[in-house]
Amino acid sequence: MNEPSLKEPDVSEKSVIQIDDLSLIFETNDGPVHALSDIDLSIAEGEFVSLIGPSGCGKTTLLRVIADLERATAGSITVNGVSPEQARLNRAYGYVFQAAALYPWRTIDRNIALPLEIMGLSKEEQNSRIAKNLDLVNLTGFEKKFPWQLSGGMQQRASIARALAVEPDLLLMDEPFGALDEIVRDHLNEQLLKLWEKTNKTVVFVTHSIPEAVFLSTKIVVMSPRPGRVHDVIDCNLPRERTLDVRETPQFLEIAHRVREGLRAGHSYDD
Amino acid sequence: MTTDAMASPVSKSRKGLMSRALSGTVLPVIVVVLGIIAIWYVAAISMNSTFQRSLDARAEATPSTVEFVVSTLNQERPVLPSPHQVAENLWDTVFNKKITSKRSLVYHAGVTLAPTLLGFLMGTGLGILLATIIVHVLSMEKSLMPWIITSQTIPILAIAPMVILVLDAVGIRGLLPKALISMYLSFFPVTVGMVKGLRSPDKMHLDLLRTYNSSTWQTFWKLRWPSSLPYLFTSMKVAIAISLIGAIVGELPTGAVAGLGARLLSGSYYGQTVLIWSALLMAAFCAAMLVALVGLAENWMRRRMGEKAEAGS
Repeated sequence: MNEPSLKEPDVSEKSVIQIDDLSLIFETNDGPVHALSDIDLSIAEGEFVSLIGPSGCGKTTLLRVIADLERATAGSITVNGVSPEQARLNRAYGYVFQAAALYPWRTIDRNIALPLEIMGLSKEEQNSRIAKNLDLVNLTGFEKKFPWQLSGGMQQRASIARALAVEPDLLLMDEPFGALDEIVRDHLNEQLLKLWEKTNKTVVFVTHSIPEAVFLSTKIVVMSPRPGRVHDVIDCNLPRERTLDVRETPQFLEIAHRVREGLRAGHSYDD
Repeated sequence: MTTDAMASPVSKSRKGLMSRALSGTVLPVIVVVLGIIAIWYVAAISMNSTFQRSLDARAEATPSTVEFVVSTLNQERPVLPSPHQVAENLWDTVFNKKITSKRSLVYHAGVTLAPTLLGFLMGTGLGILLATIIVHVLSMEKSLMPWIITSQTIPILAIAPMVILVLDAVGIRGLLPKALISMYLSFFPVTVGMVKGLRSPDKMHLDLLRTYNSSTWQTFWKLRWPSSLPYLFTSMKVAIAISLIGAIVGELPTGAVAGLGARLLSGSYYGQTVLIWSALLMAAFCAAMLVALVGLAENWMRRRMGEKAEAGS
């Protein structure tokens, strides 16, 4: 589907994201801030990886480094086997922000058309992708609505459809449901899992919710603050087909407990 | 005058006459207008009384109080003409003269409005262009902005005659010199407003376009330009009102040939205060209409951009 993956036929054995010894230091007026320190991480194709940790642990910064919205100051990182910048220029990923970030002056379908216009796709191709992705997030029928006419959850679904319309193999999501209430969030988590099942994308998902991370992920990366580093990587081997009921199972609770332990050991609960 | 004229149509353009009457905004406006007219009458009586007294003394007349008041309000060349004198003159010069006649105020208003609109369009264009350059070329803010600000610290009354004379010397007369003065005044609010407007998109929207590998040009048309439109219309309301002032000022050094500025000048040459005041009111009316026109365009734009109906008020 996407060019970078075509170039590398052995992509299933290779990791989609390979991070080695990566550090990022922000120079501020109060001196250097170690946002990320010696990060090692490997994400394979088709994985759903959650980055979890308290505020200031660098999870969003790490996602932004993968997306080439920030540059690492040391270490190496490849995305689809190339540098993050090249991956961005190839439009190898879709990025979902904390807020829906829809353009208020564009209707929902025009919002989804935005990346497609920039890519210079034909009108027919645009329309077919808009219809397909609106259907994927169950927003068919809302094409001509303006963002303010939709609920927060629907807006975020529209922004996911916008990210999917680029047809990337990699989806980067930065606390996409953080601003929504728990009931809507549960519902969207279920939908996101189904979407992941259907599309087989690699997902990197930033969250600060333990149940959300355990429910969604195949792998949970526990991060700790000051300096931002990876404290633990927990495999989350729940069955791929999950419903919200899975959260009552002992297996789920055990993994959640491990995550919580990891956060505590990483001084995430310190004042 | 202009500030009053600018403030009122902004609120007027929002709702229809009927709904305003129902929501009770008409009554307060009428009360204020009546109040202003009352103060105007009192001021006219007191300001014209000195001259009236000396007139009476010369004529050796001893008028009653009522007679005295009536005559202060109906002098031929009063210090402050009374409202009904100005209204009478306005009515006469607007409705009772052919609009091609040099005695018609509509004719003079038209002469002033043409360079106002041309200057406004040129000024808006120049303002948008300068703002676009400033936003995209970092060094330009430091090198251009001081000059742009300096340009507005020079009194327009000092610059206008030079512009008119210099252009006249190279054979450019009529519309264009006046329009240039309008442009000189009106590009400034547009530049300042658009620099702010083009920078108004938040970081998330800019980051989003970066993830799409969007070009600077695409980012401009798809994000910066639509984000800046509310700022553009706000600054255009200021710009069109000062464009009118620019055109009037531009008419003063030409020896009072035609236009509202010419009416003001000839009125003051010949002590025709009634003429000055009716020209002033006409200018205020024109400014109000122009600002209202921009307001209408703004509402149209807001509706097109899907803004909630109630968000405008």
